Amino acid sequence: MAATTTVSRLQDAVLEAAARLYVWALKDIPQDLRDALGDAAEKETSVTGQRVLQTILRNVQVAEQERNLVCQDTGIAVYYCRVGERFPLHPARIYEALRAGTERATLEHPLRSNTVHTLTRENTGPNTGYRVPIVHWDFVPGWDGLDVKCVPKGSGSENMSFLKMCVPADGVRGIKRFVLDSIVGAGGKPCPPGIVGVGIGGSADYAMHLAKEAIARPVGTRNPDPLVAQLEDELTELLNETGVGPMGLGGDVTVLSVHVEHADTHMTLNPVAVNYQCWAARRASAHVAASGDVRYDRDA
Amino acid sequence: MSAHEITFPTTEEQIRALKAGDEVIVQGHVIGIRDRTQIRIFDQGVEPPMDLSGAFLLHTAPNVRKLGPGRYEPLCVGTTTSARMVRFTEPLGERYGVRAICGKGGFPDEAIEPMRRLGMVYFAIVGGAAALETTQIEEIEEVVWEELMPECLWRFRVKDFGPLTVGIDAHGNSLYRDVQERARKKLEDIYARL
Repeated sequence: MAATTTVSRLQDAVLEAAARLYVWALKDIPQDLRDALGDAAEKETSVTGQRVLQTILRNVQVAEQERNLVCQDTGIAVYYCRVGERFPLHPARIYEALRAGTERATLEHPLRSNTVHTLTRENTGPNTGYRVPIVHWDFVPGWDGLDVKCVPKGSGSENMSFLKMCVPADGVRGIKRFVLDSIVGAGGKPCPPGIVGVGIGGSADYAMHLAKEAIARPVGTRNPDPLVAQLEDELTELLNETGVGPMGLGGDVTVLSVHVEHADTHMTLNPVAVNYQCWAARRASAHVAASGDVRYDRDA
Repeated sequence: MSAHEITFPTTEEQIRALKAGDEVIVQGHVIGIRDRTQIRIFDQGVEPPMDLSGAFLLHTAPNVRKLGPGRYEPLCVGTTTSARMVRFTEPLGERYGVRAICGKGGFPDEAIEPMRRLGMVYFAIVGGAAALETTQIEEIEEVVWEELMPECLWRFRVKDFGPLTVGIDAHGNSLYRDVQERARKKLEDIYARL
């Protein structure tokens, strides 16, 4: 009986957290992102780029004052969960809670509902549907907590996703070329300057999964592997030489940062995936303890 | 690059005075339109029950609250990616006399020639800046085709709408084409160094 109470209380706590995170992410962008956009405005020398960045900064302020959404696209709800081995709620129940939380936030706020059946294009409900929300899972041995991060992913940037199965002979050069080509080709469509997520290695599907993990990191953070971190720095610098600029109207700042995640791969594979996150790189996180206590975290 | 203030609906002469890169603030009326609205007009052949001559069209699907029959209040109005809707540019100008199309991310090069010939411009808005955009909408004056919600045909009255950048002017210039040409050249240099 006591165990059942704990479980249902925990499920409610996760549901509540999901609902709050979704709305919070949409209204109040994290400090690291505000700082990065401020730095971009300091660096930008073009007239059009400056106009765009000043408008972006003003918009972030107005969203705060008016308690309105930063961007009208409430996105597709993506959650990232790190589940401790000893967290008392099974992931099947965590998923139920995330789905119910997404629905509650959508109906109570109310938020625009974007989810449709892929073939019929009929709306499927309050930002939920078959296999939506989308959840990335990670499991932590020994731990009894749960970390949840909500990333409402807008379609303008998600439409600018690219995958290439480079061959081993293409090497790192092939990876770099593909990222550069993809982002220049995307132009102003994904609302630059944003975060470029790159996934390398693994398999075709896993490379894209890693690219999506990469965009969820706080902007400008670096991969712990120094070789990968070096690639992040180099790609960031090279992309900012291309002159695509804010909203693709020309300028110095094309990206805020490139984040790379990697997995080891087959000796004859060299997959590279690109997933773009717009300047309004919305995310919000919470830590749920085994007791059901929730701590919200602006920085994670 | 100069700055302009234009009240819509407007004339061909006013539109031809604009150059790519100019800053524009818009007053008057803005008409909201999106994929399904234009599919209905052009692919299904349904005449739009709203006057589009001299109009400023905005690529949007607004979040609104219903106040009563045909009455809505804006909650969050932002702008969507334009490129999906480029094929409607020529008929919008030719058949209905539209003067300006505003969206985010730009139009591909196929819009340049019809805009030059018909005296139209593409205005770039800052994508994602919906909170600010919403404060510039004074009122939703008219909504038709409510069954397409939120992709109806909307008439908004705006105040100090912008700042917008002329992305494609009526003289054959496109910032998007220029940026791509320069970036492609730059990429050749970069690839030679890799």
